[in-house]
Order: sequence, then structure tokens, then C-alpha cells
Amino acid sequence: MKKIGTAGNKGPGIRSDCFVTLEITEKGGLEISIESKVGVLFGDSINTLANDILTHFGIENAKLSIEDRGALDFVLAARIEAATMECVDTDKEYLLDVIPENQYHTAKDRYRRSRLYLPGNSPKLMLNAGIHQPDGIILDLEDSVAPDKKDEARLLVRNALCQVDFYGAERMVRINQLPMGLGDLEFVVPHNVNLILLPKCESADQVQRVDTRIQEISKQHKVKQPVYLMPIIESALGVVKAYEIASASENVVALAIGLEDYTADLGAPRTHEGQETFYARSTLVNAARAAGIQPIDSVFSDVSDMEALRAVVLESKSLGFDGMGCIHPRQIKVVHEAFAPSEDEIDKAKRIVNAFDQATSQGLGVVSLGSKMIDPPVVKRAQRTIDLAIRSGLLSENWKEESKE
Amino acid sequence: MTTKFVKNAVGRMIPTEINGKPVIPFKGPHGHKTIGRKYGPPIRNCGDYPDDGDKRQPDLKAALVEAGLKDGMTISTHHHFRNGDLIANQIFQVASEMGVKDLVWFPSASFPCHEPLIEYLEDGTIHHIEGSMNGPLGRFASQGKMKGTGVLRSHGGRYQAVQDGEVVVDIAVIAAPTADPFGNANGLSGPSSCGLLGFALADSQYAHKVIVVTDNLVPFPCIPWQIQGNNVDYVIEMEQIGIPEKIVSGTTRITKSPDRLYIAELTAKFCDAAGIIRDGFSFQAGAGGTALAIGNYFGEIMREKGIKARFARGGSNQYLVELLDEGLVEHILDGQTFDLEGVRSMRENPHHVDTSPFTSYNYHGKGNFASLLDVVILGATEVDINFNGNVVTHSDGLLLHGMGGWQNCLFGKTVILPIPLFRDRIPVIRDEVTTICGPGELIDVIVSERGIAINPLREDLIAATKDSGLPIKTIHELKEEAERICGKPQLPQFEDNIIAAIKWVDGTVIDVVKQVKES
Repeated sequence: MKKIGTAGNKGPGIRSDCFVTLEITEKGGLEISIESKVGVLFGDSINTLANDILTHFGIENAKLSIEDRGALDFVLAARIEAATMECVDTDKEYLLDVIPENQYHTAKDRYRRSRLYLPGNSPKLMLNAGIHQPDGIILDLEDSVAPDKKDEARLLVRNALCQVDFYGAERMVRINQLPMGLGDLEFVVPHNVNLILLPKCESADQVQRVDTRIQEISKQHKVKQPVYLMPIIESALGVVKAYEIASASENVVALAIGLEDYTADLGAPRTHEGQETFYARSTLVNAARAAGIQPIDSVFSDVSDMEALRAVVLESKSLGFDGMGCIHPRQIKVVHEAFAPSEDEIDKAKRIVNAFDQATSQGLGVVSLGSKMIDPPVVKRAQRTIDLAIRSGLLSENWKEESKE
Repeated sequence: MTTKFVKNAVGRMIPTEINGKPVIPFKGPHGHKTIGRKYGPPIRNCGDYPDDGDKRQPDLKAALVEAGLKDGMTISTHHHFRNGDLIANQIFQVASEMGVKDLVWFPSASFPCHEPLIEYLEDGTIHHIEGSMNGPLGRFASQGKMKGTGVLRSHGGRYQAVQDGEVVVDIAVIAAPTADPFGNANGLSGPSSCGLLGFALADSQYAHKVIVVTDNLVPFPCIPWQIQGNNVDYVIEMEQIGIPEKIVSGTTRITKSPDRLYIAELTAKFCDAAGIIRDGFSFQAGAGGTALAIGNYFGEIMREKGIKARFARGGSNQYLVELLDEGLVEHILDGQTFDLEGVRSMRENPHHVDTSPFTSYNYHGKGNFASLLDVVILGATEVDINFNGNVVTHSDGLLLHGMGGWQNCLFGKTVILPIPLFRDRIPVIRDEVTTICGPGELIDVIVSERGIAINPLREDLIAATKDSGLPIKTIHELKEEAERICGKPQLPQFEDNIIAAIKWVDGTVIDVVKQVKES
């Protein structure tokens, strides 16, 4: 164990974060120094929190310095705990309450049109992520976190899951590749995560190892709600194994593709046209559909070009994908608009649903529209189109009543 | 001596005297009426001025000496050059070298480039500042280090104070991008071009002595004459009067922050839902990144509906000029030009007109433009649950900003403040603002990233938007949401010493700022 532990970020561009340095001493009690841009308004509260955390971990003599740039309590707590972990050997955790706004679970087949990536060690980007109304947010522990920051990011992500209001978005965490990813699970599964993204997935076995570990942790911590899985295929081998991965567990609800790594693996440059990835995307859609789960597309990396993004999403939709990753909040709206059903699709869906209602009310087992017979999956699909149209603001919730008027 | 205090109409305790002058406490937005006659400057005789119209002096010092610079005088300057001003600092350097003491600086605004003036506040050259105190100067004042008490006024309030004789300007120094030896001047061309010179208008008419300083002297006549040479005593030619890239930006940019864009979009949607954006409407466009984005969204809505705005009041910049050029805005009434595209448009397009605090803001005008606006977009450091607004101090008590035309614009028909619910960790909606700069009855709507609050006084807006699907909440709900996220801040501690007075547009005092307690 070290004598001095540090955690957090500092520097000119840093906001909503802090940098803490903890030095365990022999005597002199707790000496806490706070240098904060919000010190006049929150100095006492930061001091109380810091005292509480150190006491919680049984530290009686230490110097703690906090260089604060407006960090909220969940950030301060994660940073102080991370610095403590470097100095003290303990099984204890400093846990914050789950805010009432975050006490929701998500459904297996909910919409996952957009998922917003948030670097797991950057609190600033987490705070307002939910206001942009993505279907899901991803707290990323993998590529966006530097290797020497992995431990502190786990604590920050854990605290964010409990304390940051994401306004109804599905709370997702992208864990590291195995085996490190298995260790990540202990920090998130007991603390309010809805879905785990498993990066660079290449086999059903990897999915099952993660799923098994989740079950163990859930049992141990009495977590009742399911934790879903979204494996990400990012290699040639992954594409070949797509169906076995998609059907590896009943908790797998979606299958995503990551095209940057995939094209690197192929040795083909990634182009706007995307011919080099057509096979992989088609294969993935087919595998996901065969397994009865959602196929989800990669991300689009030019955050300033909304028109190019729109074109890519429209193509993605035409290939059969249900959603796409977002690396910037401004992409969410474009993704939602592009995945929204067209006017023709909505009209057709309305006719099918009306025909179904009519058949049901007349006690008919067979639904027909004009001269065509309508199969149950077609009705289900139409109902989904209607739901999506309502969610996208293209159709009123009371469309049935309104069309009668 | 013990200072006496009285409670004003917004419940703030106001001293009866500031800088040895009696104070009238704020009585409500239109509560105070001044009667009598306007202040008049001394009569001049043209025979005392050169027949050939050449009023040049060799340098600034010579002109200041000619103008009779002496202890206790009030010296005015203007902020057309924003953070690129090279003149104000030189004036007080000359005064300090001459051993002149206890001057009052009366700028239309100050900027961080004026930090060197702290030296002259410390050595007694400047007694106090009557004008905005931005950044370093505000911090200096907040620490109780200024000899006199600062007085902050709006742009319109500055005009009112001059017309009331509340401030008598002894010497006005007007930095002019183009001028002739007679003193005619404009801001439209030259290396330091800034668009217009409206903030110097009152000073040119009322100051006892007027000095024009330029780095682009042209032979008579300098056209157009935004400042009339007939009001000018002396003209000085200098190598350089401003730093161009700090005067106007080559590129004003719409914010890239997704959170601010979201607030901007929500603001535009609100205006649309409230029925404000209709053919022939008018709006005030700010220069901040969020305000720019709102103008852009207005443009999108007008394009979609096939309608036009009759006029927009600037702060002009490339985005507003684009709307003018596209025909979506018929006129720009420009109070301040923020980029080179704005300057070009004003120079070339007759529908892009320069304005001044006289046309737009003056309390003693027979009406003014600001109150004609359908919608005004403004900022604030804090707002409280009674919709009172603060633009000068931060929640930690430090005086860091001026008011600009903020108070004057509150008289627009609908006033909207698009603001984030918290900055860093600091909630923006408070139980009580640290400093009241504008009364809540004039602030109609707060648009934040977590919802929109409408002033209960605006029942029309509440009714118009209730089925809009927009996230309308009460201001209490927004405040509570911010405090749930940030925690409830403790209150800053102050000394008893008053460091600045905040004037309302009519010359009454709406609030005072106290010295912060050093921890």
C-alpha cells in the first residue's frame, strides 16, 4: 500500500471534477485543505463530506488536499474513495443513495435507437447527458479511460449510476475486455445498472462468463432486476460467430457492431460509402433477427456533419438496424428522426392496426386488409411502428380517437 | 459618521447618501418621475475655434492640458473597442504623471484590458469608477480597495444621468476609428473600425470638453458623422488607438456546447408556441453563443413559415447579417457591432442602421426602441423565485460584470432569460439574488435545460403554451431540481462597507454591493 494516493483530474479545461491527494500520517488527526472555485458556497459541505468518508474508512491521521473545480458530491466521494483505496486495504465501500429519479428498470424490448457514449472518468459530460433524451447512456470503462485511471473510473461510474439523473435513459456500462471486464461488474451490477456492453466479443463463451458473473453478483447483493447484455462485434471472427453470440443467453437483448476496430481487423480503410462493412452489417442484422434481438449499428465519428450522419442512419435503417451509437449529444435528435417511420409506413401501420382492432371486436380469427391476409407478426410490427411514430412526435397518442372524429 | 439606510421598493436597504450625494431609493419600474429641465452644457462661441476647422493637438497630454484637466474632474471614455481599447489607460497614465488626483472615471463599460488602471486607483489618481467594473476591476472594488463607491448604470441610465446633471462630464475622450480635423467621426472604417459610436453620443453633446482621438485621420469631411465635429473641442492623431482583433472578432461563433444549443432550441420553440414569432415581429439578438444560436433557430422557423421579422436589434454579427441579406429580417437597428461582417453590412446596407442609447434606452426620451420589441433574449448570473435578476455579482458576492443595456431591455414585451440551471456547482435560481439589477415584474420567462418557468404575472404566456408539450415548470420546481443536483449553497459573508451602487434606469438606486469578507 502506498503512503500517498491521488485521484481525479486537474488542469485548465477541467470542470465539475476535482483532484485529491491523500497522505496517511502517523499523528495529527485529519487535516483537510480545500481549494475550490465554489469554496465560498460549498466549502463547509465539502469539508463535512471529506471527513465523513475518511472516518468511514477508519482513517484517523491523514492530510487530504482537494483541488476542486465544482465537483458534485458523487464525484468528490468517488475521488476521495479512490485515493483512499490506494493507501488502505479494505473491503469497505462508501456508497451513496440511489436517487428516487433513478429507481426504474428497463424492458427487454424497449427502444434502443440511440445510445450516448460518456467517458467513464469525465463527470462533466455525465451531468446533462439525460436532457438530450437518448434511449440509453453508456458509461464507458473501456477505450475512453486511460489504463492508469481504470480503478477510479469504476468508482465514479458506480456513483453516477446511483446519483446522476439520466431522465429515463437506459443506464448502460461498457466494461473492459475480459478478464478485466469481469472485475468491472462488481462495481456496477449491485448499483443500478440496466445493461452491460461487452466489447470485442468473439464467442458465446465470453457472453456466458459475463452472464454467469452477473448472476452471482446479483444473487449475492439481492439484485432483483435483470441486467441485460449487448455484445459488440468488432472483428472478423466476431462477425462469423454473430449468431452464436446473439443467442448465447436470454439476457442478450441486442447485438451491436463496432466498425472502427472491425475495418482495422479487415485491413480495409473505413469509407463513407461503407461497402467494406456491408457484409458485416448485413450478417449482424441477420444474426440478431434470427436470435430475436435488436441489431444496433456502430457510431458515426464526424460530429459536425449532421447531413452525412442522417444519410448513414437512413442506410442503417434500410439494412434493418434498430439503433445507432452516438458520440455527441447533437447526434441523438438526428438519429431519432432518421429511425422514425415515414409517413407511408405510419399510414400503412394505422390501416393494419385498425383492421386488427376491427377483426378482434368482431371475434374474427383472421385479419384482412383489402384482399390481403395479415399475419400476426405483421400486426406486431405495425403496432411497433405506431409506437415509434408516437415516440417520435409524428403521431398523437390518441390517434385512434382523433381519426374517428 | 453613521450611514442611514432606507428600504426601497424591492426590499433592499439603501444608504441615503453615496459619494456625498443624496440617493433616491428605487420606487418601481416607472415609479420615479423627474421634473424640471435637462442639464445644459456650457455655451460655446464658434469664434473661439479655428476658422479653418483644424482642431488638432499634438498629443493626448496637450489636449488634456488644454481641456483644463484638474483634480476631482469626471473623465468619460467608451467601450466601442471592447477589450482592444488602448486609450483609457493612457489618459490616466498622463493624469498620474501630471500629479492630478481624485478623478472619476465614467466609462460606458470597462473590460479586462483596463486592469492597469488598478495602479491609478491605488495611487489616488482615480477616486472611483462610475460604470461597469469588469473582472479585475470588480474584484479590486469587491475587496474594498477603491477610494470612493462605484456606481453602476445601464447604457440608458448613463444617458439619463448625463441629462439629469447627476453626472457632469468634464472631459470626454472619444476614440474614433475615422475622424477629420474638425472632429467629425465614425466607426465604419479604419484599422480600428468598430461599426458605430453611439455610446459616446451623450458625452459629445453634454461634456464640457470633447476630445476625439483617431488613428485614421481623413481630410474634412468625414462622412457619415456619427459624432458631429460641431460638438468637438480637440482632435488628436495617434499611431494606434485599438487592437483590431480584440475590437471585433473576425468570427463570432454560435455555441458548440450541446447543452447551450439545447437551451437555445427550447427558447425558440417556446417563442413559437407562445405565438411571438409571426410576420412582422421584432427581436433583440444578443452576442453570446446561446443568443446567436437562438437567432439562428428564429431564422429556421421564419424560413419554414415563410414570414419575416420587421426588425432586429443588435448586437449585430455575421448571423444576424445573414438573416438581413436573406430577407428574413427587414432592418437591423444596431447598438453595437460584434464582428467584421457586421461592420461591413452597416457600411454598405442602408437597412442596417446604427443606434445609440438615446434612440433605444434613454429614460428621458419621448419613448424608446427597447420597449417596442416583441421578444428580448438576455442573460443573468442569478435569478430568484420572484424572477428578480442579477447580472453584476456572482453568487460568491464578487462584483465581476457590468450591466450593459440589460436593464433597458427589460422593457421589451416579452423578456426571456435562457440560462443553465447551474454553472459548475452553483445553482442559478436562488431564494434571493445576491444583487437585484432588475425587478421580477419585468422578467417573464426562464428557459433552462431542465425546464421552462413562466412568471405567474404572464397569464397570457402560460395559457398560450400550456398544451405545447414543452417542459413548463414552476420556478420553485426548477430551483429545487438544481438544489437536488448541486446541494444548497451556504451564503457568502459580507462586510458592512458598500463598494458599489446599482442604479435603476431612472437614476434611483435599486441595490448596493458590499465588500466581500475574506475567509
